[in-house]
Amino acid sequence: MDILVTGILLGATYALLAMGLTLQYGVARIMNLANGEWLVAGAFGAFWVFTTQQVSPFVALLFAVPGAFVLNWLIYRLLLTPLVKRAKNRGMLEVDSILATFGMSFAMVGIMLMVFGGEFFSYSYLAEPFNIFGSPFGLNRVVACAAAVLICGLLYAGLSGTRTGMAIRAVAVDPTAAGLVAIDVPKMSAFAFALGGALTAAGGVILSTYLTLDASIGVLFTMKALIIVIMGGVGDVRGAVVAALVLGLAETAVASLIDPGLTLAAAYGLFVLVLLFRPQGLFGKRST
Amino acid sequence: MSQREKLIAALCVVAFIALAFLPWFGSAYVMTLAISIAMYTVLATSWALFSGPTHYISLATGAFYGLGAYVVASGIGVLPYAVLVLIAALAGGVLAFLVGVATLRLSGVYFVIFTLGLAEFIRQVVTWVQNNFSGSRGLYVLTDIKQNHIYWELLVLLALVIWVGWGVRRSRIGFALRIVGDDEVVAAHSGIHSPAAKVTLFVISGVFAAVVGAVMAPRFTYIEPSMAFSPELSFQVVIMALLGGVHRLWGPLVGVIPFTLLWEAISASFPTQTVLLLGVSFLLIVYFIPHGVVGLLEKLSRRPHGDAGVKADAAPGAGHA
Repeated sequence: MDILVTGILLGATYALLAMGLTLQYGVARIMNLANGEWLVAGAFGAFWVFTTQQVSPFVALLFAVPGAFVLNWLIYRLLLTPLVKRAKNRGMLEVDSILATFGMSFAMVGIMLMVFGGEFFSYSYLAEPFNIFGSPFGLNRVVACAAAVLICGLLYAGLSGTRTGMAIRAVAVDPTAAGLVAIDVPKMSAFAFALGGALTAAGGVILSTYLTLDASIGVLFTMKALIIVIMGGVGDVRGAVVAALVLGLAETAVASLIDPGLTLAAAYGLFVLVLLFRPQGLFGKRST
Repeated sequence: MSQREKLIAALCVVAFIALAFLPWFGSAYVMTLAISIAMYTVLATSWALFSGPTHYISLATGAFYGLGAYVVASGIGVLPYAVLVLIAALAGGVLAFLVGVATLRLSGVYFVIFTLGLAEFIRQVVTWVQNNFSGSRGLYVLTDIKQNHIYWELLVLLALVIWVGWGVRRSRIGFALRIVGDDEVVAAHSGIHSPAAKVTLFVISGVFAAVVGAVMAPRFTYIEPSMAFSPELSFQVVIMALLGGVHRLWGPLVGVIPFTLLWEAISASFPTQTVLLLGVSFLLIVYFIPHGVVGLLEKLSRRPHGDAGVKADAAPGAGHA
């Protein structure tokens, strides 16, 4: 029971991360290996706000999210658009974007090491018990989960209820056809990429309230988000949410039953199962 | 073999024999550099063997290297060194086979993602095993193997990887793989069983990386999981191979030598900013010399009209190297 609740509390934030990556990969067609670094950057923002200004770390959302949005938009416009133009087909873009974002991830780790140093950082926020079904859980985890659910809900409403949301979904389905019905595909791609970065930074702020992080841990979260996106099926929001909960549960189960140092191994185990049995995603249809 | 190839082969043999005499002339510092260069050349060349023709970017060199180093470290008091190197080769091959079978049937993205976290995953497992079953985290690698021996071993490996690479390029499987890299659908329609071809090449590349790890292990003296499975190694290998150019067998070599020297200078003068500079130099290469120095030279020297030079190299005629 404890595992179930802790897993779901963790899974909600993972869902947020996976949505960020889905927007970047499913819509903007950029396989972003620097995704996790934005999470760490967001977490650093929260850490800084909490320790130097003595206000709620969630205040960091106010500047981390717009900041990540603007910076990711600039990255897409200045660094990734040339690659999109250079690529002759989707495969080439994939190779180029993987290489470019891999380089960016190292550059970002370097910048963060320079600014914040290589220490692990954590702070204590709302570390008081909160009872669910009679067992105590950290209030910070519950609040984090609620925040993640709220942001996911807003995003879902935005994607399904607004004109821009519909345009984004159209680009995700088919960029060429979207262009034919007067959707500005480059603009929407840039927007989706920036939004994805902003969501990831928000996820970082939320996670920092109860996890201990350091400057070079981003790649682990990139892996987890990628695994969730693949497990859920690329571009499938419902699948991503389910996959995020599954990963949260699996990690919590492994951490509490076997060893907390094996969380990535849990993620890899799931990844292998997905690759072997459902490479098209949990709810996907076999394409060939 | 054509006349030209015989000449190149003879020159290679002479070059290797000449290089084997380096320990009698070079200072300790020169030997350290030479070992770095030899190590990265083997790693980058074996990386390019698989990732060059297929365009499947492997980010797992560090995982194989660490595995090889760990095999030697855990067995050094029990089994003779030569046997351990063979076991390391086997372990690398098995790991590459498992990864290949799981991911290479599918599109390239799955493979890249899998390799991205592989080193970290194995590091976690090794740490867990050591914490729970062996008591101590680190391992001592105490042998009477000297720096010069490591250098010679790497030199032999280098000759081997070049010979294998040359053979693969001339063989059916190398040809098949180039078609797979150009267009997977075309490859399938011309009767190539592409997953098998890809897995075979990935296994070869994994074996080399694991053996390099095994050869380098005595140099560590003390091994800890976080040292052996460093993500930076995978990254550096990719940078060097790309800098040189992956569509020629000798391309990685052209990248490794300047990069190792440059890196030596950089890490001496900016020891705290190495990660940032590594990322930035990688970005510069991806954006400005996407086909490597070799591609750049070929474009400048032979074909003034556009990028035809690069395309043509993927064609079957590029067997010589």
